[in-house]
Amino acid sequence: MEKIDLSMLQKIADIGSIPSVGAYNIRKNGAGVERRSTENVEIVTKTDKPGIDIKIKPGVKAEKVHIPVIITEEGVNDTVYNDFYIGEGADVEIVAGCGIHNSGCQTSEHDGIHRFFIGKNAKVKYVEKHYGEGEGTGQRILNPTTQVFMEENSYCEMEMVQIEGVDSTIRDTDVHMEAGAKYVVLEKLMTHGKQKAESNMIINLNGKDASAQIISRSVAKDESEQIFKPTAVGNADCKAHVQCDSIIMDSAKISSVPAITANNADAQIVHEAAIGRINNDQLLKLMTFGMTEEEAENIIVQGFLA
Amino acid sequence: MLELKNVSFSVNDGDAKLDIVKDVSLTIPDGKFIVITGPNGGGKSTLARLIMGIENPTSGQILLNGVDITGMTVTERAKMGIGYAFQQPPRFKGLTVRRLLSLAHGNELPEDQCCSYLTKVGLCSRDYLNREVDTSLSGGEVKRIEIATLMARELNVAIYDEPEAGIDLWSFTMLVDSFKAIMANRKESIVIISHQERIMQLADEIVVIADGAIRNYGPKDEVFPKLMNEFDAGCTFRGNEG
Repeated sequence: MEKIDLSMLQKIADIGSIPSVGAYNIRKNGAGVERRSTENVEIVTKTDKPGIDIKIKPGVKAEKVHIPVIITEEGVNDTVYNDFYIGEGADVEIVAGCGIHNSGCQTSEHDGIHRFFIGKNAKVKYVEKHYGEGEGTGQRILNPTTQVFMEENSYCEMEMVQIEGVDSTIRDTDVHMEAGAKYVVLEKLMTHGKQKAESNMIINLNGKDASAQIISRSVAKDESEQIFKPTAVGNADCKAHVQCDSIIMDSAKISSVPAITANNADAQIVHEAAIGRINNDQLLKLMTFGMTEEEAENIIVQGFLA
Repeated sequence: MLELKNVSFSVNDGDAKLDIVKDVSLTIPDGKFIVITGPNGGGKSTLARLIMGIENPTSGQILLNGVDITGMTVTERAKMGIGYAFQQPPRFKGLTVRRLLSLAHGNELPEDQCCSYLTKVGLCSRDYLNREVDTSLSGGEVKRIEIATLMARELNVAIYDEPEAGIDLWSFTMLVDSFKAIMANRKESIVIISHQERIMQLADEIVVIADGAIRNYGPKDEVFPKLMNEFDAGCTFRGNEG
């Protein structure tokens, strides 16, 4: 792999090279380039459309799977369908992520459609980082779709991060939960320049004692625009909490539209949303530590998105 | 040594000019413990903010170790070793107590050192290190963490703006002990704005500010008895003894 590929892998998947243990699949410019299946995790190419099936055996513990995607050419339009089948009682950490290095003037786009089928009592941690770079004028576009189907008493924690360099993103997340399932999502987003980001989430709590926590933290700088629409739908005796927090700077625009629906009298669903600029006392406090205003601002933003 | 020379500060209130601090001159020698007291609205906090550079004087000069810092920014003054504990400290979503203390210190603080600062302000350190300095902390907790951020710094002048405000009785006793400990080991000059007798009792010198001007200034043993007599005689600002 080239140097640029490795630097991108580091940014999106915290790996500086091929992972030494565990299964992985690295996709570059629209095609799979490297792959390893293991005894417990089988990765197979789909036959009907681009993408892979990742099958994790029931009952396996502490498995790790890396499936990063990198795009280093301009004009790539890559749509990929990845399905994760997580066996009953399995415990797995999946690190995905997409990095685009576009030095040309044509748009490069990656649309990842990920579906998770999580078996009973299984535990999944999913980390997805999106990052763009490159001196070209070509747009860097990432439109991820995530669908999660959770069986009884399964647990799924998702951290979805887009920190830098993605010009346009529309994220759609759709979750279906059976009894006792627990879903936690932490979405962190920073936009700058003229970037646009939209995130739509629908969390359906269909079974008794299902619970969901949806946390979104974002920072919008310059003239960027963000729209958040997280929705929790309680169809049973369940609990959900939706929290959207945004820092707005410069001439940015943020719209936060959390929605909650209860179709059962025992559903307890709460939402809270806040948008505000960095408060002057916060800046001053850090400046009394000897930081410049700009340094203080960076610390506040980093902390907020940490 | 911190010197204030004829420092005045006024603001425009509509067409009228409002004088908040009037011609204050004050010398705080190295290593002295000074308590500034006086009625609410008298200009004490503004004086502290002028020293830190959060406000700039309308006229007059501020000097630190002979260097004129009047035109310097908050950042520059901080780098020269002036520290300021806010009366109402801001909160930071996502910043842990440990991170805030490390930022104050200037580089990553070892856990045991963080713990020792927190213990000195009466917080059970292990419970707090990884907590965020956000709205989940009570007002009293945030105030104590604020004081700990000053302990974590190497300072020439440490200014505390009403450290006792918003702190409960039990914590206050501990706070007084912390200031006693700070006093015993101090290298820096300490300026505390306070209404509390027990804090005044620790002072080398007391400055009484009322209506923007210095009303009285001198060694604690001289000023304190007068202050008590004065306010016993008719005023109500004497603090409750913790």
